[in-house]
Amino acid sequence: MTTKNLPLWEVFIRSQHGLAHKHVGSLHAADAEMAMNNARDVYTRRNEGVSIWVVPSASIVASSPDDKEPLFDPANSKVYRHPTFFPMPDEVKHI
Amino acid sequence: MQAASNASKMIYLLRLGDSALVLSQRISELCGKGPALEEDLALANTALDLLGQARLWLSYAGEIEGDGRDEDALAFLRSDREFHNLLIVEQLNGNYAGTIMRQFLFDAWHTLALAQLTQSSDPRICEIAQKSQKEVTYHLRRSSDLIVRMGDGTEVSHALTQAALDQLWPFTGEMFTGDAIDEEMTAAGVGFDPAQLKQTWQTYIDQVFTVATLQLPRQDAWMQKGGKQGVHSEHLSYLLAEMQVLHRAHPGAKW
Repeated sequence: MTTKNLPLWEVFIRSQHGLAHKHVGSLHAADAEMAMNNARDVYTRRNEGVSIWVVPSASIVASSPDDKEPLFDPANSKVYRHPTFFPMPDEVKHI
Repeated sequence: MQAASNASKMIYLLRLGDSALVLSQRISELCGKGPALEEDLALANTALDLLGQARLWLSYAGEIEGDGRDEDALAFLRSDREFHNLLIVEQLNGNYAGTIMRQFLFDAWHTLALAQLTQSSDPRICEIAQKSQKEVTYHLRRSSDLIVRMGDGTEVSHALTQAALDQLWPFTGEMFTGDAIDEEMTAAGVGFDPAQLKQTWQTYIDQVFTVATLQLPRQDAWMQKGGKQGVHSEHLSYLLAEMQVLHRAHPGAKW
């Protein structure tokens, strides 16, 4: 068996309820079912998660590094957009 | 209900523990050599699950025996004739179709056996069975999935998977053949009658093999037996030699 011809999948794990799924890595699999089983075996061995998403890597549209300046630089000097000017209650978690 | 004798119960526990231990050791041989990273990790996970289960069964077997033998003494200081595992688990890994077919046939039996044991009158057996059941449910899901992929895959993978099934088939009869110890454990409510599992097992593997386009071998085929009673194929002593050599050379060695 070889994984050469198997499509690549991206794996997202939610570590606990209330948190968002987080990208943890990628793997090879023939279809969604196999990707789910492989994700379980490769990325949740140490009790990392309560939920798994697998997405074909080809379905992900990524921004180009060349677009870095027009996309991100304008946000640089706009501190007033950060919510740092009011206190956060201690009870609010995961923000 | 008749109480089970400790001697019989110990053998009964060894059968469960040894099957898990020997299969774990067999799959561990492939650690780092799996056909793909994903498969390699999945096999290692299965091996570790089975090792954990073996520890629980063997520890309890040692307590029931009452001679002060712990899980290590039972795993590393018995010879092949003192092992009571099913013959199927000691068979060689062969090619990957063989490895997965052995796993599938065993997993399908293992889930049913553990489900029976969760009803045991012995609370300790219940607990071990319940804990193991979750792991084994996943093992079966995974091996069933792979059998379908390989059986209904390419011409080559189909031929290899069918050959693996034909070769391993004679080792499946033993899973459903009871003896005096099975009878005693069933009568005491501790264990189950293995013959009872046959129909459900057959129905399940039939379903998977149909989707996998595999041909079931003859129902009246001649079946191997003896593993549960300690009579094994030549493969077991080589496996034990490798598994036990470190402990025998350096008793009590620790990482």
